[in-house]
Amino acid sequence: MSRYRKKSTSVPEVSTASLPDIVFMLLFFFMTVTVMKDTVLKVDNVLPHATEVKKLEKKDRVISIHIGKPSSELREVLGSEPRIQLEDKFANVSEVGPFVLAKLAKMPEHIRPYVTISLKVDKKANMGIIDDVKEELRKVGALKINYTTYEGEVFRDR
Amino acid sequence: MGKRAEVPTVNAGSMADIAFLLLIFFLVTTTIETDAGLARMLPSTAKSPPVTIKHKNLLEVVINKDNELLVEGEEMPLHELRKTAIAFIDNAGEKDSCNYCKGEGLAESSDNPNAAVISVKNTRETTYEAYIAVQNELVAAYNELRNREGQRRFKQDYTAMEKAYTSSETDAETKQELKTKIKLLQDLYPLHIVEPKN
Repeated sequence: MSRYRKKSTSVPEVSTASLPDIVFMLLFFFMTVTVMKDTVLKVDNVLPHATEVKKLEKKDRVISIHIGKPSSELREVLGSEPRIQLEDKFANVSEVGPFVLAKLAKMPEHIRPYVTISLKVDKKANMGIIDDVKEELRKVGALKINYTTYEGEVFRDR
Repeated sequence: MGKRAEVPTVNAGSMADIAFLLLIFFLVTTTIETDAGLARMLPSTAKSPPVTIKHKNLLEVVINKDNELLVEGEEMPLHELRKTAIAFIDNAGEKDSCNYCKGEGLAESSDNPNAAVISVKNTRETTYEAYIAVQNELVAAYNELRNREGQRRFKQDYTAMEKAYTSSETDAETKQELKTKIKLLQDLYPLHIVEPKN
């Protein structure tokens, strides 16, 4: 009797032997989806907010151009006028066209018509420099652009 | 004697801890970047003959250097822009050319959505934030009208259709169907936002 009762009250332990497997699976997932940033930003880049956004789906069809004030460490040397950053170096407006063409040339031919230029512009930048960049892009025929923004209410931080 | 012959097993109990540690590291460092933004097409540089647009078919939006908004020469707070834009696009001054419009049909506003053009002018000193805010409101106006038409014709929002179309989970057949619907709605309310050069 006593033996019977003892057996019924003992709760079987949950086996944790498969826990490492589960964790490893998650680990590999995150390891594969992690993208280490390939460019170091040398400009301030706080994007504005917008609600009516479209996602930029395919990474290989996007060319990014960063525009903003030089970041605080570089401001003493370069001043606080907004600058253009292509890949990881500063550039003049006139270099935007050749940069885009060089990038396009590296891409396989069948995706070239679908390439989008993603303009990542700091919200404090003024439109002058952006108009100049847009004019450059028109000259080289890169007409599909995307003003990259954060998703969120426009009126939130105004 | 039998006990000594057994091979000692390595304790794998801490394996989970190590894996967790790595997992948390990658969790923290991962930023699944989803760039999103306002898509636009720049006008081509090819010389096209200048088009004359009737004054009533043009909504003039100006952002000055202090980021103030002027619509048709009058100052306007940003949150009213959407309403104004919708009223302008959907006006249907010529009732016959837009039977789906629900506007008031004012004589001094646009004839039909196809003829309606919104012109956005900015100075070089205008901040990017203000510019994007205005662009966003204008796109929102178009989206609202397209949503309304989408609901009426297909019982589905235009924005929802567009999202489904770009989603990778949608199968090819549905995509084809969505594409025609999206095209139709875009033709009903074509996006005419121009930026004149001064």
